[in-house]
Amino acid sequence: MRVTQGCFSFLPDLTDDQIRAQVQYCIDSGWAVNIEFTDDPHPRNTYWEMWSLPMFDIQDAAAVMMELADCRKVYGGLYIRISGFDSTAGWESVKLSFIVNRPQEEPGFHLARQEASGRNLRYTTHPYATDLPEGQRYNGHSANSSNNSQ
Amino acid sequence: MSETPRSYGHPGITDPVDERPSATGSFRIPSDLTKQVDPDLSNQQIDLAKELAEAGIDDVFTILDQELIGLIPVKTRIREIASLLLVEHLRRKLGLSGDAPTLHMSFTGNPGTGKTTVALRMAEILHRLGFVRKGHLVSVTRDDLVGQYIGHTAPKTKEILKKAMGGVLFIDEAYYLYRPENERDYGQEAIEILLQVMENQRGDLVVILAGYAERMEKFFASNPGFRSRIAHHIDFPDYDHGELLAIGELILAKQNYKLSEAARDALARYIVARKTQPHFANARSIRNALDRARLRQANRLVRGAGRSKITGEDLTIIDAADLLASRVFGREAAMQSSLSEETESNFD
Repeated sequence: MRVTQGCFSFLPDLTDDQIRAQVQYCIDSGWAVNIEFTDDPHPRNTYWEMWSLPMFDIQDAAAVMMELADCRKVYGGLYIRISGFDSTAGWESVKLSFIVNRPQEEPGFHLARQEASGRNLRYTTHPYATDLPEGQRYNGHSANSSNNSQ
Repeated sequence: MSETPRSYGHPGITDPVDERPSATGSFRIPSDLTKQVDPDLSNQQIDLAKELAEAGIDDVFTILDQELIGLIPVKTRIREIASLLLVEHLRRKLGLSGDAPTLHMSFTGNPGTGKTTVALRMAEILHRLGFVRKGHLVSVTRDDLVGQYIGHTAPKTKEILKKAMGGVLFIDEAYYLYRPENERDYGQEAIEILLQVMENQRGDLVVILAGYAERMEKFFASNPGFRSRIAHHIDFPDYDHGELLAIGELILAKQNYKLSEAARDALARYIVARKTQPHFANARSIRNALDRARLRQANRLVRGAGRSKITGEDLTIIDAADLLASRVFGREAAMQSSLSEETESNFD
């Protein structure tokens, strides 16, 4: 299944030119742009790994596109998102975040039922991808692909 | 592929989306400029004068002429580059040229000859013609690019490059990047990253290297990659006496000061004397000398405060005494000086 989250989740994946335009919007609004990646698609997984440092004092989206290209070279098989962080006092929060890269195959989620006290049932979602250890998910499309090419 | 649990995510859009990166390295042409080549080019009427006015580079040249005294060869060269860029811009409009031109430059010349100022104007010209998107200038030296330990250099250099994207990166005294005497120097790493970005992201930033002529020559000789990636080598000549005097007066005029007749003579003499002494840095030396003259003028006025009333005009006038007190004129002059020797801490 196609995992969606953040802004533009109802749209088809953005092209590079569209990403560039969104990033330029972030920069022009004075937000720091961050690139993050993960191989855990669970919707509650909010803490993604960061690619390099937040980009605070850049003027042009080309800089972010350069970092994104570098990140894709290494983690092209994982989820990558871009977020714009507004550091203005009182806000200090992420104002925009969208997915810019996803694995070729997304195995989706399993609905797990747990029988609780009485006749209660508890439901939870469990991503099939996380059945494998970190670094081996998504057909080893990650950085360590050479270690787990079997 | 497992079945989509309908409760999570947005199941509506499943079309495959092309995620292949587009040509990020190439220069992005505004959509209104990407026209098909007209089969009959002779039909195209081009009003060069109008295009020139539209780009607004004439204003930049006017400022350049007003702010920068002398430097005729430099100005001529910049005009040539600007013409090239304008023609390139027009050719692109007609769909005639594909690749972004190489715009990296090297400015060579002695200290204080206006390299940084010209780089700033260059950024503006490039911006007005649409060859850089933002037109800001990031001025750096070796310290900003080269790290102190293994693994420190690459992120540092990249940080600066990212900052300069969409504008101009000005590397002052670029030859310090390369230190042949130390084979473990991290400068080489910075050079490699620079070269890579200079080549791959020509449309995103313009790099200007600056420094003294002979040392730049040596630097290019040991880094042939740089020479071949730099299209324009511009040499900044030293200023002559008259030009330095004019520069001095321009600096003062900007700060709402003026020279008295005697002071102008004194400044002319100062320039002649200063030029023969070591560490002469052209316009910068003049600016420093005038800064100290302002100090002496202020001191003179304050000491004379009890004796006579001063007018507003007095506040703007630099007198000959303020300049003659300089150490450049020798010991005797310094003895008469209103300031003690200690305040003249350096040679300028």
